[in-house]
Amino acid sequence: MLYNVENFASHFFVLGDPLIYGADVSIVLVSLAIVFVLTYYKKWGWLWREWLTTVDHKKIGIMYMIAALLMLFRGGVDAILMRTQLIMPNMPFLKAQHYNEIFTTHGTIMILFMAMPFIFAMMNIAVPLQIGARDVAFPYLNAISFWLFFFAAMLLNLSFVIGGSPDAGWTSYAPLAGLTFDKGPGENYYLLALQITGIGSMATGINFFVTIMKMRAPGMTLMRMPLFTWSILAACIIIIFAFPPLTAALTLLLMDRLAGAHFFTIFDGGNPMMYVNMFWMWGHPEVYIVVLPAFGVFSEVVATFSKKRTFGYASMVASLIAIAVISFFTWVHHFFTMGAGPGVNSFFAVATMIIAIPTGVKVFNWLFTMYQGRIRTKLPMLWAIAFIPNFAIGGASGVMLAVAPADYQFHNSYFLVAHFHQVLIGGVVFGMLAGMYYWWPKMFGFMLNERLGRIAFWFFNIGFYVCFLPQYWLGWMGMTRRIYTYLPGMGWTFWNIISTFGAYLMGVGFVFIVLQILYSIRYGERDLTGDPWDGRTLEWSLPSPVPHYNFARIPEVTGRDAWWTMKEAKQKGEMQPELEPLKPIHMPNDSGRPFILSVLFFIFGFGMVFTWYPMAAVAFIGILLSLILRSFEYDTDHTLSVDEIRRTEAAYGRV
Amino acid sequence: MAMADSFVKSQGSQSVPLEYTHEEDALRIFGFWIFLATDLLLFASLFATYSVLYRHVGHGPGPLQIFDITGFSAETFILLTSSFTCGLATYSMHRGQKAAMMAWMIVTILLGVSFISLELSEFASDIARGATLQTSAFLSAFFTLVGTHGAHVSFGIVWMTLILIQLAIHGLTPTTARKAFIVSLYWHFLDVVWIFIFTIVYLLGVMS
Amino acid sequence: MSTIDDGIQEHAHSYHHGGPSAGKEDHGPWKHIIGFVISLLFTALALWMVVAHIAHASMLFAVILALAIAQAFVQLFFFMHISESHAPQWPFHVWMLTLGLLFTITVIVGSIWIMSFGTESY
Repeated sequence: MLYNVENFASHFFVLGDPLIYGADVSIVLVSLAIVFVLTYYKKWGWLWREWLTTVDHKKIGIMYMIAALLMLFRGGVDAILMRTQLIMPNMPFLKAQHYNEIFTTHGTIMILFMAMPFIFAMMNIAVPLQIGARDVAFPYLNAISFWLFFFAAMLLNLSFVIGGSPDAGWTSYAPLAGLTFDKGPGENYYLLALQITGIGSMATGINFFVTIMKMRAPGMTLMRMPLFTWSILAACIIIIFAFPPLTAALTLLLMDRLAGAHFFTIFDGGNPMMYVNMFWMWGHPEVYIVVLPAFGVFSEVVATFSKKRTFGYASMVASLIAIAVISFFTWVHHFFTMGAGPGVNSFFAVATMIIAIPTGVKVFNWLFTMYQGRIRTKLPMLWAIAFIPNFAIGGASGVMLAVAPADYQFHNSYFLVAHFHQVLIGGVVFGMLAGMYYWWPKMFGFMLNERLGRIAFWFFNIGFYVCFLPQYWLGWMGMTRRIYTYLPGMGWTFWNIISTFGAYLMGVGFVFIVLQILYSIRYGERDLTGDPWDGRTLEWSLPSPVPHYNFARIPEVTGRDAWWTMKEAKQKGEMQPELEPLKPIHMPNDSGRPFILSVLFFIFGFGMVFTWYPMAAVAFIGILLSLILRSFEYDTDHTLSVDEIRRTEAAYGRV
Repeated sequence: MAMADSFVKSQGSQSVPLEYTHEEDALRIFGFWIFLATDLLLFASLFATYSVLYRHVGHGPGPLQIFDITGFSAETFILLTSSFTCGLATYSMHRGQKAAMMAWMIVTILLGVSFISLELSEFASDIARGATLQTSAFLSAFFTLVGTHGAHVSFGIVWMTLILIQLAIHGLTPTTARKAFIVSLYWHFLDVVWIFIFTIVYLLGVMS
Repeated sequence: MSTIDDGIQEHAHSYHHGGPSAGKEDHGPWKHIIGFVISLLFTALALWMVVAHIAHASMLFAVILALAIAQAFVQLFFFMHISESHAPQWPFHVWMLTLGLLFTITVIVGSIWIMSFGTESY
């Protein structure tokens, strides 16, 4: 009996690794600290009322952003561990298995649990404000999306200490990720966590598509929308069509693992390459899902900090839509080396190169927007300027990879690693940080310290080049990705030392971002104007932080850059339209059900990971029940009275 | 709102159906159409898998050995009829005839239940003959594609029943009308998917 | 919902007075009956052609696929009210379904094309 318990525990908990014991201790300590602080300051009710049950898009956006920053830390620690292991040949720091787990979780977390929530954070915070709406089309669904993401992230991270992390790479290719070669629960964690967060992402895509199409303020035609909103619209279209193939691929691989099906096995007719095919049907468009919103942020930031209208607005819109559509015709470039034949490879190589054209159009438009503008190098603008050379190099190496015959050399080498980090960090992370700095005063009502931010910027940006440029060289010299160590005398040692040093610099940069936030919470300058950057779009017409109903009166839009137009009219002393009297506002009720529903999804996922079907079944019934309860709920919104609105507006000094 | 303006203009003096009278309901119908687009791609992925794998029969039986023409034809005609009766329910709803609407919904549900029971008995006889999910890639793909559709139909049956109850409680209001309209969209969509399962899986299977 | 613009709501209420019986469908459920008959005919035709082997397999498949696509349009137009131009989703849902159709074809035909690797002769 005792033996059985011991045997179970040794498989259930991950034992024998000091790093993981350290993680166990820190998880327990952090959890205790959170519980203690919440209890000591009597904040449990506040947490539940203000955050866990909220359906307010601004609060959901803030929660997405905090989660994304935490995951950036988690994935960043993985990266530091990997670079430390690779600094010298024959490093004894990490074992092969541990290294496999780390690169798998690093990739999975950075794409699905850092980049995705970061773009969701920015779109939640900015889109309804930019289009002059009071919330998203489906606020309750929006809360469900967030909590599904959150608990999926928890589920994946739990694998670290319970059962063992996934170890077949973030792409989780069959047959390596199949039951034959990977018995452990780690792959199940991967499949279920991605499935659960995928449901949330699809819901967000639908939600924001409808919001942008149907809830714009009067006068805001499609061609008057801010470019960030356009970029989100394009990203939503990709989400809507790209996530279902991922859902299918993950389900089928899960059926292979749990039900003994033969989709991607190597016997009884299964075809592992079909998994690769389906994975990249989502995987390639996914790259554009995360990078288009970053492009949108740059468009806003560049125009605001150059004090000019965006150059070539129509071509910006056209290139967003072109990228969204063409992104569905390039997926085979991730597996040219499968050998699908000259017809297939040529088609997908050409389609891939075509995408460079609209992307190039955008880069030139940003440059022309800056040209002859009055540029202020505030933090958001710094990141935007740093992005351009970065993305130019990353894009150029991407076109090199798109040449199918050459790809047979580059494939799965460090050249590829350098390329996709250059576009994903230089594009997405720079973009999201720019967006965070840009909208921070709008979210919280105070400014972030400029000086600490600049230190962070220089560490991160220089560290980035020091880390990743050598990896192009390493790739040419034959170093392949995902190797956990190498021999001396390969000629790789020097460049690896440099690269690891660069990773440490980036780590220092991240520490400064955290310091900057902590310092500014205490000492940050208040933003009393609501418009600290002299902005151009409607979110800057509101006080910071924004009242929960956003707009006391829905604005009337007369042109592109709506807020700029209004400010200009005011300066010229033009007749201001009479303010309409305030009217009562309908607001959606808060609800605890999205949180509870997502906890049930978490329990369901955990039961499936360990094939404890009774547990999964109970949770599944719970999920159905909460859906049924929602269906029978008719009283879902309330009305804010004119008095209430007047009081809130008066508190902001705006009557 | 911009969109609402155009909504109003295109309307003119004509009256809108009940399910569109409140903007929030209209938004949900819009959202559901977009959901159907995602579901379309989910089935597209499963059809792609089936198309790639359906000749990979391994050591197991092929389509000719397990497909039963009478069985799948009966399933097809039942589902087609249920789509028609579901359409009649919407038609009655637009005329404000609650009783007729609920009656047609009940007929639709019953047809759905008979469709599912036929499908389950088909699956059971396949499994009895040793053709299971674990036998070959072809059978994995077949059971998953057809089973996913079946799961959708089962979900639709439960959903339509819930809305029937709400109709009985609340009567025909803009909210219940919107709910009924959305479930009818779902039901017709599943009929469309089935037509392609009928053609690409069953008819193609018995053709060779 | 927070999203309701009050002006619109007033409009919406004025429709309401018109009553739930929208003018379009007052002439009986003929549209539905025609749709149903077409779908029955097309299904029976496809079934008969396959059972009777009236043509070569590839030819036959092309014809029954065309019938299936035609039936999908019957469902969309006769039952799903896709062409209601008063609806707020008009015409965005048509665009999205068209795009969805394009990607559906890409996913299926693309997969078949890509996964036929190793069967070509060079």
